[in-house]
Amino acid sequence: MSAPALELSGLIRRYGEREALSGVGLSLPPGRTLVVFGPNGAGKTTLLRVLATLLRPHSGRVRVLGSDLPEDAWAVRGRVGLLAHEPLLYRELSGAENLRYHARLHRVSEARVTELLDAVALGGRADEPVRTLSRGMVQRVAVARAVLHDPELLLLDEPYANLDPAAIELVAPLIGVGGDGRRRTRVLCSHDPGRDLAEADLVLGLRGGRPELLADAASVTPAEIAELYR
Amino acid sequence: MSTAVDGGAATAPERSEQSPARPQPAFWSTVAAVMRKELLVELRTLESVPGMSLFAVTTFVVFHFALNRGSVEGDLAAGILWVTLLFAAILGVNRLFVADADQGGFDGFLLAPVDRAAMLVAKVATLLLYLLALELVAVPAFSILLLGPSVGPALPGLLATLALGDVGVAVIGTLVAAMAVRTRSRDLLGPLLTLPLFVPIVIGGARCTAPLLEFAHRSGPSGRWLATLGVYDLVFGLLAYALFDFLLED
Repeated sequence: MSAPALELSGLIRRYGEREALSGVGLSLPPGRTLVVFGPNGAGKTTLLRVLATLLRPHSGRVRVLGSDLPEDAWAVRGRVGLLAHEPLLYRELSGAENLRYHARLHRVSEARVTELLDAVALGGRADEPVRTLSRGMVQRVAVARAVLHDPELLLLDEPYANLDPAAIELVAPLIGVGGDGRRRTRVLCSHDPGRDLAEADLVLGLRGGRPELLADAASVTPAEIAELYR
Repeated sequence: MSTAVDGGAATAPERSEQSPARPQPAFWSTVAAVMRKELLVELRTLESVPGMSLFAVTTFVVFHFALNRGSVEGDLAAGILWVTLLFAAILGVNRLFVADADQGGFDGFLLAPVDRAAMLVAKVATLLLYLLALELVAVPAFSILLLGPSVGPALPGLLATLALGDVGVAVIGTLVAAMAVRTRSRDLLGPLLTLPLFVPIVIGGARCTAPLLEFAHRSGPSGRWLATLGVYDLVFGLLAYALFDFLLED
């Protein structure tokens, strides 16, 4: 069996005196999906930013795609895709210009930009400034940006936010399957167990930065997840 | 609390091995990509260069009336020119990283497998282009509105002095803007940090320029002051290169 894509133990991340993540530990094999549930402020976004190498862990062990963070963060960059709350798009640039910019940074061909804009059904509005697009359309461009370089690990913060059912059908394959046809390794933050529990292999429930629930998805019930929010 | 999952989703294939990272883009390709993006954003918003230019011209008009004289020369002319250019530059410095901080540009860049110094070089080069555009407007306006002597004979020396001053302004401006942009009081902190660091540039620039802007136009810029400007640029260039990576960390 191949090495885990993610290995965390005793992960602590603070903002000032406050611990945003406290003692998080788990292991996730490649090709599997970890779904993280928890109320607002539980530490979900902080966890994604640590895994994306955008925040340094303050304590504990974080190993992503075989590299220890933060020491070997350089080896991870370019292999991780992040779909955050913010779309990471320049509002004055068009969707195509934004994606071409990221394609140059990731050394991806411009043909991939066109392919992805078509895949999210925005080929016809590719040259309009992002600020003129609806929130759902911006989210579709953001999904295209996150998977542009076909990352090995995809970090998704409520990926279906602002999307209508038709748009969800468009983006679900993009964030579910990699360019090689294999299932992506994913960490998905969610508030919707009804939909996202079905996508999970492993479930992590956070509350106040602490792991309150960590279990194989098959053994987790929606009621256990709902308990996190009480 | 720690667990591993390797039983669920039996149909899920595992990647047989971690694939190596895609090769890094060449340093200068990254610089070009960031600069291209910067110039596109500026062309769409026109937030920096028009504001800087308009500020400079307006300031010359204000000086024209405040001094109550038709023309200036020598030390006074050099002082007015450099102070106005540096204050105008601060407008551009303040805007330099705003889109990156507010629209996730920093995160997008940091996720890419690129040399982070490329952003420093691209921002410095972009600010240099802004300053060049500013001076294309400001120097003729200064010549028309305030300057007594003809600017023609002074032009070679003036261009050399402006070039050295611009490099210092661009490097210091980029460094300070990167420091200030993530703070809550960035609009205040930027100028407060930038102005003291610009003082040696004002002194060096004005000392070099004063003899060029005299009616007699007896000599070129002082070699000693040009060298001082050059050394100042070099010191802050090295400092910015050493510090910039840390400034990008959240």
